[in-house]
Amino acid sequence: MNKIPNRQAICETLMEHAKTDRDIVVLCSDSRGSASLTPFFSAFPEQSVEVGIAEQDLVGIAAGLASCGKKPWCASPASFLSTRSYEQCKVDVAYSNTNVKLIGISGGVSYGALGMSHHSAQDIAAMSAIPNMRVYLPSDRHQTKKLVEALLQDSQGAYIRVGRNPVEDVYSEEDCPFVMDRATVLAEGTDILLVACGEMVKPAVDAAALLKAEGISAAVLDMYCVKPFDTETLLQYAARVKAVVAVEEHAPTGGMGSMVAQAVSAGCPKKVRCMALPDAPVITGTSQEVFDHYGLNAAGIAGAAKSLL
Amino acid sequence: MNELKAMSYDLRRDVVDMIVAGKGGHIGGDMSMMDVLVTLYFKVMNISPENQDDPNRDRFILSKGHSVEALYAVLAKKGFFPIEQVISEFSKFGSKFIGHPNNKLPGIEMNSGSLGHGLPVAVGMALAGKMNGAPYRVYTIMGDGELAEGSVWEGAMSGAHYMLDNLCAVVDRNRLQISGSTEDVMHHDDLQARFEAFGWHVIQVDGHDYDALAAAFEEAEATKCRPTLLIANTVKGCGSAVMENKAAWHHHVPTSEEYEQIMSDFTARKEAALHE
Repeated sequence: MNKIPNRQAICETLMEHAKTDRDIVVLCSDSRGSASLTPFFSAFPEQSVEVGIAEQDLVGIAAGLASCGKKPWCASPASFLSTRSYEQCKVDVAYSNTNVKLIGISGGVSYGALGMSHHSAQDIAAMSAIPNMRVYLPSDRHQTKKLVEALLQDSQGAYIRVGRNPVEDVYSEEDCPFVMDRATVLAEGTDILLVACGEMVKPAVDAAALLKAEGISAAVLDMYCVKPFDTETLLQYAARVKAVVAVEEHAPTGGMGSMVAQAVSAGCPKKVRCMALPDAPVITGTSQEVFDHYGLNAAGIAGAAKSLL
Repeated sequence: MNELKAMSYDLRRDVVDMIVAGKGGHIGGDMSMMDVLVTLYFKVMNISPENQDDPNRDRFILSKGHSVEALYAVLAKKGFFPIEQVISEFSKFGSKFIGHPNNKLPGIEMNSGSLGHGLPVAVGMALAGKMNGAPYRVYTIMGDGELAEGSVWEGAMSGAHYMLDNLCAVVDRNRLQISGSTEDVMHHDDLQARFEAFGWHVIQVDGHDYDALAAAFEEAEATKCRPTLLIANTVKGCGSAVMENKAAWHHHVPTSEEYEQIMSDFTARKEAALHE
């Protein structure tokens, strides 16, 4: 099983396309190493912009570049990009409708023991609340590549959150079904629906396997497209089951789970359990230790599912 | 005869009509930056309805977006939209002429309103020009109170770092902001030294003197390897003694009595400009 950070997949995909599309520009805020974008800066110095530790400038400059026909991709830690430069994301990107792709690296609790200043447990809520901003949390390197390729084809702003750590493959090179802005169905099921995004997709898939061993049929949706949210697929699958579990690496309010609950309550009311980080600074530890502590793992998800049946 | 200066009083009249009809607007800053704006649009920049999609057009961002009424008046005079439409619709229900620049309107490149955004965006535009080898120049006008925003200084750093000599920022140095004197709120008296320390070429200019403004913009264009900051020393509310140098006129709507006096002052000053 491969373990490659999604940020590396972004760099590789951008490098493939930057050779022929000279308008692709990558911007970093002293974050090229953290973003795995050093190879891009080395190979394409004319298409790379360093702004220093200045996230507001990062997004403002990107918007200016985009308004003059460039295709800028900004990479900065999700914690800073989604809050320090929030107003630039709102006004200069979304409101001004500039083609800026915002890559929030080291998202969620990726930075582990570095503490709440470095965690981004609010970025889905913050970014999703901005009109004309799209929000994506790809689950593995294969899906990340497909997503980046799709985003290279359009001319609207978007926020993409990826983690810092290597993640296990959910898909394979040969088998990575991807339709832009449609959730990916990872398992069919009739008892319970598990909806996850980003790094929580793999544990959700593993939870479905645990449940299956106990005779419980779990459907799994990879809701990588948090906004525009795929309500249609969600309701189609929610209608077939008794209850829904939403899992995300985010604060308990305003994230994907809230969107799942909102859509299910309006479209086919039934029990929804939202699994997320607490509304508090998270416990010190590696990502996996934090996930395990809060039950954001296969066993925890399976347990939550069973409690609803 | 100073035709542009004379015309500026007609545009100031449009601004006042807009604000009275819309029952709100940032009149003091509109008046202080009007002469800089007229100089830019009628003497310096190659922006017109005919070339608004030309990749080589000059770029302008109104960073002090609350002075949008002056921009509307100038853009209308350039032919981007009819001034009658702006005056009748400004700030009304469902209007596209809102209280800050919006790029759904022709002639407006970027939305603004939140202060401190214009300079970083202008840096990005100027950088794109360098990357593309394009001949256009980029201009932005900031307020002096706006300079307290940290993002201004992030843009000042990157503009100098990338040696953007195709970038010219203007500070509308009217010395007043909503709470009173800029020097009481947060002092900027060493503005020239600050920007020079960041690596910018800085020019002090009378922001109501058309010849001096034209010369300053020429000097900016001739300056190589670094961006230029024009400190345009201006009078808030410029055009009528009713408004001039009064912090209360930051966003005051004239009463009918004040309106008559202001319009009368504009007429007199226009006449004077025509006989300069």
